[in-house]
Amino acid sequence: MKALVFLEDHEGELARGSLGVLSKAASLDGDVAAVVAGSGVKAIAGQAGRFGAARVYAADDPALAAPLPQPRVDVLAKLVRDGGFDTVLFGASVLSADVAAGLAARLGAGLNWDLVDLQLRDGELVGIRPALQDSVYADVGWKDEPRLALVRSGTFEPVESGGEAEVEELAVELEDFSTRAVMVERAHAESEGPSIEEADVIVAGGRGLGEPGKFALLEELAKALGGAVAATRAVVDAGWYPYATQVGQTGKTVAPKLYVACGISGAIQHKVGMQGSGTIVAINKDPNAPIFEYADVGVVGDLHQIVPKLTELVQERRG
Amino acid sequence: MKLAVLVKEVPDASARTRIDPGSLRLDRSGPAALNPFDAHALEEALRIRERTGDGEVVAIMMAPARGAESLRKALAIGADRAVHVTDDALAGSDLVATARALAKAVEREEPDLVLLGQQGGDSDGAVLWSALADLLRLPVVSQASSLELAGGKATVKRQTEYGYDVIEAPLPAVVAVSDAINEPRYPSLKGIMGAKKKPFDTVDAAGLGLAAGEVGEAGSRTDVRALADPPSRGDSVRIEDDGSAAEKVVEYLAQRKLL
Ligand SMILES: Cc1cc2nc3c(=O)[nH]c(=O)nc-3n(C[C@H](O)[C@H](O)[C@H](O)COP(=O)(O)OP(=O)(O)OC[C@H]3O[C@@H](n4cnc5c(N)ncnc54)[C@H](O)[C@@H]3O)c2cc1C
Ligand SMILES: Nc1ncnc2c1ncn2[C@@H]1O[C@H](COP(=O)(O)O)[C@@H](O)[C@H]1O
Repeated sequence: MKALVFLEDHEGELARGSLGVLSKAASLDGDVAAVVAGSGVKAIAGQAGRFGAARVYAADDPALAAPLPQPRVDVLAKLVRDGGFDTVLFGASVLSADVAAGLAARLGAGLNWDLVDLQLRDGELVGIRPALQDSVYADVGWKDEPRLALVRSGTFEPVESGGEAEVEELAVELEDFSTRAVMVERAHAESEGPSIEEADVIVAGGRGLGEPGKFALLEELAKALGGAVAATRAVVDAGWYPYATQVGQTGKTVAPKLYVACGISGAIQHKVGMQGSGTIVAINKDPNAPIFEYADVGVVGDLHQIVPKLTELVQERRG
Repeated sequence: MKLAVLVKEVPDASARTRIDPGSLRLDRSGPAALNPFDAHALEEALRIRERTGDGEVVAIMMAPARGAESLRKALAIGADRAVHVTDDALAGSDLVATARALAKAVEREEPDLVLLGQQGGDSDGAVLWSALADLLRLPVVSQASSLELAGGKATVKRQTEYGYDVIEAPLPAVVAVSDAINEPRYPSLKGIMGAKKKPFDTVDAAGLGLAAGEVGEAGSRTDVRALADPPSRGDSVRIEDDGSAAEKVVEYLAQRKLL
């Protein structure tokens, strides 16, 4: 295997998710290369050596400053072709998923996504891909090289195993269409909003609440349980609740003792942020909601009926 | 303004779907529906058409013959025209093979804006737009939670792992929208009746100028080798609410000392 791992960077740091994939790749095969593409990334590229990269390629160019996929596809396509890489690995994120798919199209390559494991069987790479709300696990493969793989977010932890890696700088040549999209406002860390990561109990709400005002129901239950309130992307995107409280792939990862999901369908991107919770209680009126696949207690019913009663009963118990 | 909306057919959420153990493909024989995530892309296109007062919305779907029913639903909701890309030779297409077929179908339309949903309800892929845009050589923005068109540009607000940012792309462009961008409308009775009279174009692989080796299983570079049960997650409890669900939940939590 001649593998290349795409490393995402943000504000002078290499993203944990992509370092996790790098560590995994290095555990499968010692000779793994990594690539980082951004502006001012030459200085941080060498750090990838600590997580298993034998070599790191750095495409460092102001045109790569914004976290947009298309210029990165140009960089990777050239590197994969020139370097003869047979495997390219990505850790899922908004940026990396778009880079991976663009690269697959550019190279006419196979991309397997949402993988929760990578294995070498008799020297052949196999991906493990959950399907149908994770109710079945498929072994997926590639008929041809290069093999592209996108790993589900939060799957592999970065493991420190080596020292600094040798960094090789890449010349950056971009397609005209790749630079047409531009970033006019950069994401910044949200300072306002409550912190949910430390809470022992989380009561989370989704679009099933029906309207923003109904978060009050969850706040009362959370208060009774001594916990915090969290939300799905659907309601955060809609402006119902602050981004700081969002759980999932593009929000927080939490692992409280108790997670009560109210009116949440349970999409994979939500699941990856809360699957480490001790006990998961889900209240959903749709008996087929995906969240019931991984809830410890699945309540089929109307949250508007159940949540206020729950609050009352918990208050009675806890005095 | 010409708007192309890519819509997918997925197994109906209420149906118990499975993977066919023989072909290792999704068994699509059960009831099907228009991908709920794509209703948001269609809604956005209809609102743009309504706002600008002119424009055409073309719904494009690649699916087996039976997909026509779901595609008609897009017409009933409000699309002006439908293009059904269908051919046995397309069966088993992976990401890139699917993108190739859809790119050809989009190219024929020369749209100003190509809209997609946030993910296939069946595949959780959330990747097609970027492959498509690369083949079309157009700018792409995904996860749009708001979309504005002005001065020949699309301005998109989107959420990433680091918060919200704003991206601008000149038209023509490819934009994939999040499921929070709008509240999709339902088809009206008038819409359902009117849909029967709207142009409905069916095209096969050869009609799009696709060679046999580019699409379908032959054009795909990934495959599924085997299926297994997921790791067991222990016992779970199911409660159908008959008015006593809250008591049962509290009982459960108390037993596990979670109160
Ligand atoms: C790249 C990417 C990143 C993403 N990141 C995240 C993320 O970080 N976090 C996240 O949450 N999502 C994320 N998503 C979005 C995710 O795919 C889903 O769209 C989202 O989680 C759905 O939110 P929801 O459950 O609130 O809404 P819906 O999916 O609309 O579900 C609402 C649920 O409420 C139920 N309901 C309705 N009324 C009632 C009632 N009266 N009582 C009880 N139940 C009721 C319905 O049956 C339904 O199941 C991401 C998606 C992508 C593509
Ligand atoms: N067969 C298809 N026909 C038309 N559009 C599709 C098809 N497959 C995927 N799409 C579009 O691509 C988006 C992402 O799908 P996916 O990458 O399969 O999760 C969907 O929301 C649709 O807009």
